Amino acid sequence: MTPTVVKLIDTSLCIGCKACEVACQEWNDQEFTIGTFGGTYQTMPDLAPNFWNLIKFNERETDGGLSWLMSKYQCMHCGDPGCLRACPAPGAIVQARNGIVDFVSDNCIGCGYCITGCPFDVPRLSPETKKVYKCTLCSDRVAVGLEPACIKSCPTNCLSFGERTEMLRVAEKRASVLKTDGYAEAGVYNPPGVGGTNVLYVLKDVADPVSYGLPKDPTIPWSVVLWKGPIKWLGTLLLAGGVLGSFFHYLKFGPKHEEADDDEPV
Amino acid sequence: MLTRRDFGKTGAAALTTAFGFSLVPAQAAVRELKISRTTQSRSVCPYCAVGCSVIVHSLGDKARNVRSSVVHIEGDPDSPVNRGTLCSKGISLKQFVNSDRRLTRPLYRAPGGKEWQAISWEEAFEKMARAIKGSRDRGFVERDEQGRTVNRLENIVMMGGCTDTNEINYLLSKFRFGLGLLPYENQSRL
Repeated sequence: MTPTVVKLIDTSLCIGCKACEVACQEWNDQEFTIGTFGGTYQTMPDLAPNFWNLIKFNERETDGGLSWLMSKYQCMHCGDPGCLRACPAPGAIVQARNGIVDFVSDNCIGCGYCITGCPFDVPRLSPETKKVYKCTLCSDRVAVGLEPACIKSCPTNCLSFGERTEMLRVAEKRASVLKTDGYAEAGVYNPPGVGGTNVLYVLKDVADPVSYGLPKDPTIPWSVVLWKGPIKWLGTLLLAGGVLGSFFHYLKFGPKHEEADDDEPV
Repeated sequence: MLTRRDFGKTGAAALTTAFGFSLVPAQAAVRELKISRTTQSRSVCPYCAVGCSVIVHSLGDKARNVRSSVVHIEGDPDSPVNRGTLCSKGISLKQFVNSDRRLTRPLYRAPGGKEWQAISWEEAFEKMARAIKGSRDRGFVERDEQGRTVNRLENIVMMGGCTDTNEINYLLSKFRFGLGLLPYENQSRL
């Protein structure tokens, strides 16, 4: 059986060097678009179609100071991906057996429904190619046994990569170390609302993921769940009923005959 | 001629397709690994003094009619310095290598001149040797104030770099002692 792969992000070790950002750009051969300076050390204000991995420099004021809550903003590779549920194009979004959720551009129709379905607001639609892009967890590298580019570059051991149960164990261990170091609220961010994520975070304050730029208890939007679930089946049933109904109507009453027009001269 | 059985089959297929069941088999696509056919060469990052080792991936089999190109650079796990990791500058080395502004030949700017001009390596060596000889002839100190033999040179500074290997440093030291050169510094300490 293929093991589920996990990217573990220990936010307490991130120094904001952005090596992972550059490694991502370099590996995926993406040209960087120069943006505007937003008053923080963050590279970009947000993700972009050609920028899949952003280190967020979340600022939190402390007693007489400021603390940076670094967080790595990219696709979370959910166990139950909202993007995959919302996607109407067959094969445009695939969930591999190792847990990687990947976009296949050749099959993408650019409808952008995955953006609606994503609880983490990750996919980005490119106005040039009219297709949606996001982190692939370097599925090409992982397929041949290499770690993703961001993981390899990280100089502080903040990022690690491995099999899911093992990484969960490592994450819990690290959280308990943080607890004894004085971070009583330290814990692992692995939201159950999306079936768990294959990108795990160790947060110093897991009760307040919002200050790390992560949603608290994310779930797939109910509109997507309804629309791709009950509503879709109901609609299909109605359509099939209509077709069947007209078929039986034809059997019973036969084709419609035009009445001869008597007034017309011969 | 459409038989009743065929009608049923195609009708069912058309219906299921229309209702959102794709009959095309879903295919798992694996992205192509861009370094699967590359030549790996070991090198050292030229930026700061840490001296991280890198693996340079180049495409092209070095055949006579092929020009190789660097397609990817990443950290060398065998190096005890960085163990495969790199910083944001080091990981962008591909752009450094492939940059059209990269200096690949000697340039000369005449004293008081404004323009750089390309010169050959022979010319460059000739100019450097001439300049070193001139400075040494002017600044060589054979004896100090108290008349002791010192044979030292104080008006030339030698500067080493962080990517210099043991072999290069050995030769640099030989060269330095040969000239009697005293001021000696290395980028690794700056």
